[in-house]
Amino acid sequence: MAINEETVKEVAKLAKLEIEEEDIHAFTKEMDSIIEMVEQLEGLDTEGVEGTYHGLSSHNVWREDKAEKGTDKELLFKNVKTRKNGFIEVPAMFDNGGSEA
Amino acid sequence: MNFLDYTLEELHDKLIKKEVTAVELAEASFKRIEETDSEVGAFLALNKEKALEAAKEADEKGIDENNVLSGLPVGIKDNILTKGLTTTAASKILEDFIPVYDATATEKLEQAGMITIGKLNMDEFAMGGSTENSAFKKTRNPWNLNKVPGGSSGGSAAAVAAGQVPVSLGSDTGGSVREPAAFTGLVGIKPTYGRVSRYGLIAFGSSLDQIGPFTRTVKDNALVLNAISGHDPKDSTSYNGETPDFTEGINKGVKGLRIGVPREYFNEDAKEQGVIESVREAIKLYEKMGAEIVEVSLPHSRFGIPAYYIIASSEASSNLQRFDGIRYGYRAENVESLEDIYVKSRSEGFGLEVKRRIMLGTFSLSSGFYDAHFKKAAQARTLIRKDFDTVFADVDVLVAPTTTTTAYDIGEKINDPLAMYMSDILTVPVNLAGVPSISIPCGFSNDMPVGLQIIGNHFEEQMIYRVAQAFEKETEFSSQKPSFKGGK
Repeated sequence: MAINEETVKEVAKLAKLEIEEEDIHAFTKEMDSIIEMVEQLEGLDTEGVEGTYHGLSSHNVWREDKAEKGTDKELLFKNVKTRKNGFIEVPAMFDNGGSEA
Repeated sequence: MNFLDYTLEELHDKLIKKEVTAVELAEASFKRIEETDSEVGAFLALNKEKALEAAKEADEKGIDENNVLSGLPVGIKDNILTKGLTTTAASKILEDFIPVYDATATEKLEQAGMITIGKLNMDEFAMGGSTENSAFKKTRNPWNLNKVPGGSSGGSAAAVAAGQVPVSLGSDTGGSVREPAAFTGLVGIKPTYGRVSRYGLIAFGSSLDQIGPFTRTVKDNALVLNAISGHDPKDSTSYNGETPDFTEGINKGVKGLRIGVPREYFNEDAKEQGVIESVREAIKLYEKMGAEIVEVSLPHSRFGIPAYYIIASSEASSNLQRFDGIRYGYRAENVESLEDIYVKSRSEGFGLEVKRRIMLGTFSLSSGFYDAHFKKAAQARTLIRKDFDTVFADVDVLVAPTTTTTAYDIGEKINDPLAMYMSDILTVPVNLAGVPSISIPCGFSNDMPVGLQIIGNHFEEQMIYRVAQAFEKETEFSSQKPSFKGGK
């Protein structure tokens, strides 16, 4: 086993996902076989090989630092579920409502 | 009016001669959808009212003689933003999402006068190879309704194969245009990375994703790619060199060209020999037409699948962080804290395959595994890319099968993620290398279409289309029509 249920729970926490307790066993088994598959890469000699992290070989792309009109604020609120005073309304971030934070 | 009987140029000609109007074409599209989509299941949303309005405007304004796409219907994969028309990526998390702007590709097609008919089904967030991962519906293969249309752009493929629209757009991160094109007997291209702007394409693997068209013929495909290509200031990874006319030189033939056959792409032990046989026949035809056939090697091909699944999933785990239930998309109910909104909205909104990929990506990027996974995969990617650089110093294009099998049964692989991943073995190296590749129909095996993959060097789509066109002209495969059999 490359991973166990504890690791899966830990990674789920990082990914802001919740795996139901009743599914955790099956999910872990499945993830384990996937991870075992990707670890075939261990057999590849990559000594001294630079990594490729982009689709193109071009580097920084610059533009003139000139202000341009963006998307209208009202439009951007169109898909927001709850709003108040021009902001998105969400539950309190802290137990006391966050006013002292 | 049946779109299966005409090329885009023929439809354009009819519009110019006023034998048909843009409104009639749009109506024909909706009628065909009404007749066939209860079986095929390609569309997630229809744009009926606005499409008919736009078609009416196109007729009144007059069809542009110099613009072959003017007034023609098109279907758009549901991960490509369409202003005012739902765009869900086939996910519950975006079920009611209505974009407030267009993707650059959509905008370019509309500027060219195309009429958006509706949005097409797909695997959720483009993760899958059969369209069975859609949160909303199954799409069936028009050649045999018991079989998958391929994926992730399965709706885009099925809609064109069923004659519902003459053209559609898909996206290809690891084969998601080429595999469904192969499974449904169509032409589908994954352009060079950077050729088409990704602005407004819901991001999956940002260093791999490209939008590409589905059509029935090679030239049609080149015409649509002409319209959607080009530099876009809104996508800094879009190529800022010139965009050639992809139809230029398309009829030059293959005489004197060097065509490479990568030995790693021909598994002689494959369970469906009919695929390899069809491709071998195609190679013989190229030889007969005067091309020089050269056996070549892409030695790192077998590391394509593990490298791809690490890189694509890592990029996805980062890209999909934006779905947090706050600014748009599904928000879980009965939540008490902000953390609850994130975790519950994501856990209830994402499907199982998407969760698997996010988990694999998060794992591969996590501190204990970064070197062994993400970094190693990036190094493998360099070696895979170099394989292509080496062979393209010697040959003009590569030809190979697009897939290892023809379309399989619905339900056959959906509970076996590894088997599903392995089906991408012949398509993912192209995305990792960033090179362009097309799939064209080249025969039948088990009564289902077989795809021939033609891979070119970076930005050499013209050469790919030329080689594809030579084959199409000599064969009848692109004019074959699906039977809609096998369904209930």
